[in-house]
Amino acid sequence: MPLGLLKYGINSDYPFDKEADLPPPADLKAQYDVVIIGGGGHGVATAYYLAKYHGITNVAVLEKGYLGGGNTARNTAVIRSNYLTPEGVKFYSASVKLFENLSNEFDFNIMYSQRGQLTLAHTDATVRSFRQRAEVNKHYGGRTELISPSDIAKLVPTLNLNPANLPVLAGLWHRDGATARHDAVAWGYARGATQRGVELHQLTEVTDVLTHGGRVTGVQTNRGVVNAGVVVQAVAGHSALLAQKAGFKLPLVAYPLQAMVTLPVKPFLTPLVSSSALHCYVQQTSRGEIVFGGGSDPYPLYNSRSSLPLKESLIASAVEMFPFLSEMRLLRQWAGITDMTSDYSPIMGLTPLENYYIDAGWGTWGFKATPICGKTMAELVASGGKVPELIQPFELDRFSRFKQVNEMGATAASH
Amino acid sequence: MKIMNCPLNGPRNISEFVYGGQVKTMPDHTLSSDSAWAEYVFYEKTEIGLVLEWWLHSPSSYWFIAERHNGSDEITRTFAPEAIFCDRVDFKTSEVPV
Repeated sequence: MPLGLLKYGINSDYPFDKEADLPPPADLKAQYDVVIIGGGGHGVATAYYLAKYHGITNVAVLEKGYLGGGNTARNTAVIRSNYLTPEGVKFYSASVKLFENLSNEFDFNIMYSQRGQLTLAHTDATVRSFRQRAEVNKHYGGRTELISPSDIAKLVPTLNLNPANLPVLAGLWHRDGATARHDAVAWGYARGATQRGVELHQLTEVTDVLTHGGRVTGVQTNRGVVNAGVVVQAVAGHSALLAQKAGFKLPLVAYPLQAMVTLPVKPFLTPLVSSSALHCYVQQTSRGEIVFGGGSDPYPLYNSRSSLPLKESLIASAVEMFPFLSEMRLLRQWAGITDMTSDYSPIMGLTPLENYYIDAGWGTWGFKATPICGKTMAELVASGGKVPELIQPFELDRFSRFKQVNEMGATAASH
Repeated sequence: MKIMNCPLNGPRNISEFVYGGQVKTMPDHTLSSDSAWAEYVFYEKTEIGLVLEWWLHSPSSYWFIAERHNGSDEITRTFAPEAIFCDRVDFKTSEVPV
């Protein structure tokens, strides 16, 4: 053990940074300028940028469970911007840029690690779509290229290049691909926001949204009524249910997404690897655990239960890609509820209610967008409803005007 | 394995079935507005509770309707679509070129 570490262990002043913890829970006030429903990454990031850039600090973040305990804790922590549409690439590239500097900005380590992300193509059609994605990405300043199987073998020597008799034809190599500790992202934002005066109320569930004449006036919670000048909704899997309480519908379907992790082993895998045909992605965390994730469940459900058929198919794909994984033991598994849009793009911005803004439709691609969502939603709130250019394509209204943003690069596991 | 009762083939593994979306009433496409059509195409019932859904028994290519709880995943009944769709639908063509 390094001596320095031992010193920390017996030092009574440790941890040195007494400010690291969140302030103790405060009483819920009757009125806030801004109420943010949902204390996940997106919600606390919005609060953070509101306080930091716009000086709006009379803000309450209401969370029914605990900070970052929903999909912020359930995603597989992939950060990338190798999308297909110009709208998507611009948006997620801005997010990657913010992630790169987040640890410095927070003075808190989010364990950001830019290892690159590799997606495998097993058909000619996929190779063509990868070529298009690489060109769109390069055009917008991303580092993405198409590489050959021999380059893949050098990059990931342990990978089976003929998994399930589907030979790897090419790879989409995205150097900007990264991972970070997802909990730390939520903690960093929450700490930064609360230090600037934002109140975070955990175990505070919004049970109803109070409206009057096309405007939202406040929210009913399990701790009483809270009046609000502006309300922002960022509740991931339950977005459509909450919107219904506010009196409008969202074009979302909720699917469970299951993932799992093995016991930790020595580092062998640097990049994040996913296969388009096997619907599986594999990465090794900084702790050494192997994380497997795949596609959503085959039918909708508001339930984060686990099912054996999905586990079996996911493990089978992972073992095809890295055969020696069959020797490993699973440590834990979990599921989250993803709110899927039909075009695989989010729904951000204005709603039929004048001062009620939405950040939803984050399906299986929400974590990587956390910083840019917070920044753009804060801009939207601070400007009194002027939608930032970056999120204009993701407006709710696009569905009734048939202007969807078809983002087929949204999930690393398919297409 | 979870079991679903196919009205044609009896109880089978859920892996033999493909989900086909909620049962919705199609508006008249020659008369409906863009927003009513968008509502039909993109919006589903989102409350937690019993929903009527289209399902396909893939090996026999048989479409039927299931009533399922979208919170507990309990399938309460399955039945042939004739029970709801008993009238012939004649798709009129729009008189105005679209």
